[in-house]
Amino acid sequence: MTTTQLEPAAALSGLRASKPERVTIVVLSGDMDRVMAAFIIATGAAAMGMPVTMFFTFWGLNALRQPGAATSAKDWMRRMFGKLNRGGAGSLPLSRFNFGGLGAWMMKKVMAQNKMPGIPELIETAQDLGVRMIACTTTMGLLGVTKDTLVGGIDQLAGVSTYLNEARQGSVNLFI
Amino acid sequence: MIQSDVKLDTLGYFCPMPIIMTSKKIKELLAGQVLEVISDDEGIKKDMPAWCQTTGHEMVGMEEDANGAKRVYKAFVKKSSG
Repeated sequence: MTTTQLEPAAALSGLRASKPERVTIVVLSGDMDRVMAAFIIATGAAAMGMPVTMFFTFWGLNALRQPGAATSAKDWMRRMFGKLNRGGAGSLPLSRFNFGGLGAWMMKKVMAQNKMPGIPELIETAQDLGVRMIACTTTMGLLGVTKDTLVGGIDQLAGVSTYLNEARQGSVNLFI
Repeated sequence: MIQSDVKLDTLGYFCPMPIIMTSKKIKELLAGQVLEVISDDEGIKKDMPAWCQTTGHEMVGMEEDANGAKRVYKAFVKKSSG
């Protein structure tokens, strides 16, 4: 076994001096891989001491829905949407090679073998690190997603002004 | 050989877990104490200095242990007083 001393200053040379700055992420996609990327960035940023706000809209809301929760929307069209559009952080499809869920299942298997956290664990970690999560009320209404069918710990139900108010103070604003 | 006060084993974990585990562990240290983060994720070579630069903790040094094709990295982080 040989031990080499590495020079951390070399890795730093390419980075600009910076203080912790605000990060906002709009999560529109409900694909497992994209939501995973969003949470990896969010948890990483939070671990660096940066305040992070995630804004979930459209299919991104699926990551925050309780698994198997029924919609409590009254009209049939939104009830249909709620039924067809399966929620739950543990059952999101892959954006490619999903094969009716087989691809996502295999990906989760490989991830678990490699000690990689799945989306439910990443959500837990994010909440633990103080990542703020906002669910978009407009798309909740459109998709028949109601507050009582979301997982606990959602900080706010809000709209675009709330997001923009955060984003204008953000130095990293992402749309996934 | 750099001396550490506390060791954190993150072997087998990929990004972002070593950084998240580090950010949690460092809270248990007193200012000035050195945390040794042990990782086999090569990304740590760049990620730990970047994490230190953003959080203000001091990157004391890093070691790479080579055992055949297997690489183990040890990052030494001194907790800041801020």
